[in-house]
Amino acid sequence: MRILTLIRQVLDAEETVHIRSGEIDLNGSKLVVDTMDEYGVEQALRIRDSGVDVEVVALAVGPERNQEALRTVLSMGADRAIHVMTELALDPIPLSKVAAQIAQQERIDLIFCGGQQSDWDSHALGAATAERLQLPQVTWVSALEVHGQTLTGRHDVDDGSEMFSVQLPAVITTQQGLGEPRYPTVPNIIRAKKKELRIETLDQFHVDLKLNVLGAAVQAKARLHKILDGKDAPAAAAELVELLRNEARVIP
Amino acid sequence: MILLVVEHARGNVSKSTYEMVTCARQLGREGPVTALVLGSGIMAVVNEVALLADQVLVSDRADLAQYDSELWSAAVAQVASEGDAHTILIGGSRSGREYSPRVAVKLDAPLLEDVISVTAEEGTLSAERYTNLARVTERITARAPVTVITPKQGAFAAAMPGTHAAEQFDVDLDLTARRVQITEKSAEKFSRISLAEAEIVVAGGRGVGSAEGFRNLVDELADRLGAAVGATRAVVDAGWRPYAEQVGQTGKTVQPKVYIAIGISGAVQHLSGMGRSKCIVAVNRDADAPIFKVADYGIVGDVNQIVPAIIAALSR
Ligand SMILES: Cc1cc2nc3c(=O)[nH]c(=O)nc-3n(C[C@H](O)[C@H](O)[C@H](O)COP(=O)(O)OP(=O)(O)OC[C@H]3O[C@@H](n4cnc5c(N)ncnc54)[C@H](O)[C@@H]3O)c2cc1C
Ligand SMILES: Nc1ncnc2c1ncn2[C@@H]1O[C@H](COP(=O)(O)O)[C@@H](O)[C@H]1O
Repeated sequence: MRILTLIRQVLDAEETVHIRSGEIDLNGSKLVVDTMDEYGVEQALRIRDSGVDVEVVALAVGPERNQEALRTVLSMGADRAIHVMTELALDPIPLSKVAAQIAQQERIDLIFCGGQQSDWDSHALGAATAERLQLPQVTWVSALEVHGQTLTGRHDVDDGSEMFSVQLPAVITTQQGLGEPRYPTVPNIIRAKKKELRIETLDQFHVDLKLNVLGAAVQAKARLHKILDGKDAPAAAAELVELLRNEARVIP
Repeated sequence: MILLVVEHARGNVSKSTYEMVTCARQLGREGPVTALVLGSGIMAVVNEVALLADQVLVSDRADLAQYDSELWSAAVAQVASEGDAHTILIGGSRSGREYSPRVAVKLDAPLLEDVISVTAEEGTLSAERYTNLARVTERITARAPVTVITPKQGAFAAAMPGTHAAEQFDVDLDLTARRVQITEKSAEKFSRISLAEAEIVVAGGRGVGSAEGFRNLVDELADRLGAAVGATRAVVDAGWRPYAEQVGQTGKTVQPKVYIAIGISGAVQHLSGMGRSKCIVAVNRDADAPIFKVADYGIVGDVNQIVPAIIAALSR
């Protein structure tokens, strides 16, 4: 079986977002593999660890720096990586076109994609890729098992969760509850340096951009910051209740 | 036409549908607002939505009794193509956001996902949406003959129903069998009111110490205020509370009148689910906890002393 894991390199959640001339500027910021994507890599590795004959292929589309993200995933244990190099900012719909063509060329049986991309706050990539390949999808998967050609597990829906069953090939998007992503060990980091990282150009995929980003802004809501010292708990509590009742008027 | 796919649950039209109607009417695009109802045994939904839309298209069939991303996207794309829809509105729910990309690909259309505003100007749609864990507001545009939009839940006001029922038409669909089989469903249960609808949310983090601490502090305070209960992922992972109560990136997004955070540090992933609340209150013993940066009111102190004192003060 061959598994494709889609990888996005994103701003580390601990970092401040910098905007310069209306654009998000990642220069000088710490970038990481999106945690939701790491869940997919971890799940693929667990399937391989369970004794199934699996090759795990990681794919990233973006500028050169994405190769660091792919090296991280190779150090976690992925077998090889593909980098489609471009400076263009592709939204999920054109990006899915690249992912789908790679999946077809590589004869992929199972695709993992993060449940939400933390840079776009988007859920679209997995579903759009599944549609292009005419594959079934299961999103927000929190538990997964493989039995031959059948996948079973649990996933989150509008008002709860469901147990599901689907035949391969299929697209899965991740949710917390899947096993925690492993850290690369030193021997694996060394081994990863020798693994194949193939570089492709974007032009062969014939993507067309339908969305334009006009500008980005950080608009933090102005907050009152009335923070009381709680050394005298009854006095602080009484003052807080008074403020919430009579100043903010938000509680009865 | 503007095609709007009705979200409904247990025989009722969902709030998100009322919000989509407002979005459709504000858009400034020509054509009737056409509601599409998919499901099985959905007459009550059809009658309710007839007071909101200009016309209603209905497909009532047994194989649509349960949502499925492939069936829904095939149905919507067929109706959109046959009806020459230029704009397709799909709910910002989990299911809406999982099948809307399939519709966009089928129609070769751009997807304006989870937007908080959208307007049309001479063939171009301009929208705003949050990105980067809701820290950034981006302005995007799309210029295409057909566009798919998912409005963010809660971002648009609910439309008022009219008194005149719109005309209804049955539509024929060519659908294939579902490929994802659902073997068991578990609906989420809330101890009180549902998180999404509550005006007051009291939420607890690891700082409450234990499942028992959560009950004594968070549940107790929520009871006094008639509030819904929320939790951080740390609390859910520890098994103190069910996942249904989790607020944040991988949980629920809430925007209540007031959000009261008890023993919560204020990690970015948590803030992305509650940072737009109208008023934020925090109790934490660490004066440098990030939650205080977004708080309107707060107390620096031990939750075991402060929260019982708040509960006592509320009774006076
Ligand atoms: C991909 C991903 C998705 C995530 N999604 C979510 C999500 O949806 N929701 C979410 O909440 N998190 C999410 N997280 C986790 C998030 O990063 C934080 O780990 C989590 O929110 C921390 O929860 P907490 O505030 O309860 O715990 P902590 O960060 O441990 O904070 C506990 C706080 O309580 C205070 N405290 C301790 N004892 C006391 C006391 N006696 N009195 C007063 N204060 C006290 C401490 O000062 C501290 O500030 C996600 C993480 C990742 C990587
Ligand atoms: N993402 C999730 N969706 C639904 N339920 C979950 C999720 N994560 C954990 N749970 C529930 O929380 C409990 C503990 O889950 P686990 O961490 O898998 O042991 C289980 O009973 C699950 O039903």
